[in-house]
Amino acid sequence: MSQAFTKAMARNIFYGGSLFFLLLFLALTFDTQSMLPDRDNRQAITEKVAMGKRLWEKNDCIGCHTLLGEGAYFAPELGNAYKRLGGKAGIIGFIKSRPKEGIPGRRSMPQFNFTDEELDAIAEFLKYASEIKTARNWPPNIQG
Amino acid sequence: MQYQSQSVAKLYFVAAIGLFVGQILFGLILGLQYVIGDFLFPAIPFNVARMVHTNLLIVWLLFGFMGAAYYLVPEEAERELFSPGLAKLLFWVFLIAGALTVLGYLLVPYSSLADLTGNDLLPTMGREFLEQPTITKLGIVVVALGFLFNIGMTILSGRKTVVNLVLLIGLVGLAVLFLFSFYNPDNLVNDKYYWWWVVHLWVEGVWELILGSILAFVLIKTTGVDREVIEKWLYVIIAMTLITGIVGTGHHYYWIGTPEYWQWWGSVFSAMEPIPFFMMTVFAFNMVNRRRRNHPNQAAVLWALGTAVMAFLGAGVWGFLHTLAPVNYYTHGSQITAAHGHMAFYGAYVMVVLTIISYAMPMMRGRQAANSNRSQVLEMWSFWLMTVSIVFITLFLTGAGILQVYLQRFSENPMPFMMVQEKISLFYWLREIAGLVFLVGLVLYVASFFVGSKDPEVAVEQAASPTA
Repeated sequence: MSQAFTKAMARNIFYGGSLFFLLLFLALTFDTQSMLPDRDNRQAITEKVAMGKRLWEKNDCIGCHTLLGEGAYFAPELGNAYKRLGGKAGIIGFIKSRPKEGIPGRRSMPQFNFTDEELDAIAEFLKYASEIKTARNWPPNIQG
Repeated sequence: MQYQSQSVAKLYFVAAIGLFVGQILFGLILGLQYVIGDFLFPAIPFNVARMVHTNLLIVWLLFGFMGAAYYLVPEEAERELFSPGLAKLLFWVFLIAGALTVLGYLLVPYSSLADLTGNDLLPTMGREFLEQPTITKLGIVVVALGFLFNIGMTILSGRKTVVNLVLLIGLVGLAVLFLFSFYNPDNLVNDKYYWWWVVHLWVEGVWELILGSILAFVLIKTTGVDREVIEKWLYVIIAMTLITGIVGTGHHYYWIGTPEYWQWWGSVFSAMEPIPFFMMTVFAFNMVNRRRRNHPNQAAVLWALGTAVMAFLGAGVWGFLHTLAPVNYYTHGSQITAAHGHMAFYGAYVMVVLTIISYAMPMMRGRQAANSNRSQVLEMWSFWLMTVSIVFITLFLTGAGILQVYLQRFSENPMPFMMVQEKISLFYWLREIAGLVFLVGLVLYVASFFVGSKDPEVAVEQAASPTA
């Protein structure tokens, strides 16, 4: 780089630029927070949904599945599982029916031995997640 | 090695390499599970193997960063480390906490681990990359604070160089942003929103400062180019990193319930994220071309140049590939993401840690400046094997991803996820083979520490050959 451009100038661009864009990011975050109540389906977060989220976390579901496209890519997207599997009954039926020893040669979800209350909570959580208003209604289609 | 206390870095580097081997073995298990679905089921289900794979990566890179700091900070500050004893103590705390956590993943079901460690008191587990029990997270904070204190005291009471300052800013940022891992609201959108403040602002923010400063240090040492020149470059590169990378977080806010305008902010800013990586490539090659000396440790120079190229390809090019919102609408959460993740992590962070290890280890093991010729040749073989195979892993995953996106999301009649997975399994097989070649490269890498250690070292300081 030429001599006219000094190290002090480079340093000032670093500090000034970083600070400016950090503040811009915080402002955008603030604005996003004001818009989220209309989008993030927060009115649907009940005790049951919160319990479902804890179970989702406690069993590391994200280690195989994606949820709104984030997670692992080993098993199907679950942001729209409520719609794809045909509501809560479909979700509960699927989770319950997983064979304990898996399926020879194929991927299979483990059998978690959830109680009925836990199954209901997980289904409620996935129902809540499916009703979050994502931009362009992502995912692109029912297959996730 | 100019200061005795720099040698604590050796512990950290040895641990890093050991955990690296573990990470790759679990990667191979995962790769096999992609094609033989019931492999090791139900003993080690996919999610457990994946936790081990990704967490080992994070932990060994942190060991690498800390080792790098302990090695280069005293030399830059021109004084001994504030407390070598604290550095050794924290090493064992971190290693034991890490080992217990991984054993916990493997030996008990994850939900039992959550119960055992009292996750209900402060639920932070079960989120991607932040799977560690809350108590482990607290341990990480303690280790980070002790580490920053040690490094900070050394830097502040010594010569203040740009390399040290940038490294310190990066490390403080790393520690501060990790605190967001304790925020886990019931609101899924907010959970995701701030989860990225750890994940994105680490790897596309403050970690790049750490990367830049380590690379700058090794280039100063191996090329003999004037520090002023290198420091100016460093400032410009990290300026571009944060200017593009902070708002670039928006490329994760397209489809998670956040407002539509993020598609613009995210696309525009993250489209510029390759710029600092490109500058890094230009910078590294420029400095090596303008070298005032031929450093005898040619392996270290190779790693440094490799970092610059592969970081640009993996983070820059493969990131750009799917970062624009209209593209990401189809590729989000597909094998394209996995492809990018593999090459970006290897190219940027794995390689920079291997660069500083390559540069520093010979001296910590009693050499003047470099290993013997035999050892360096073997190390360079490992460089090429690992680097070429990660390129192939990335290409195969990209192929898998393109097909997946087409069959599952783009075609007239979208097919179910699992059906698509079977159709693209050929690519997963090829990826696994490339992974095996990577393992061969890694074995050679480890072997290079033991080969030719009695041979004379490569001649120190041949005649300076300043080229254009």
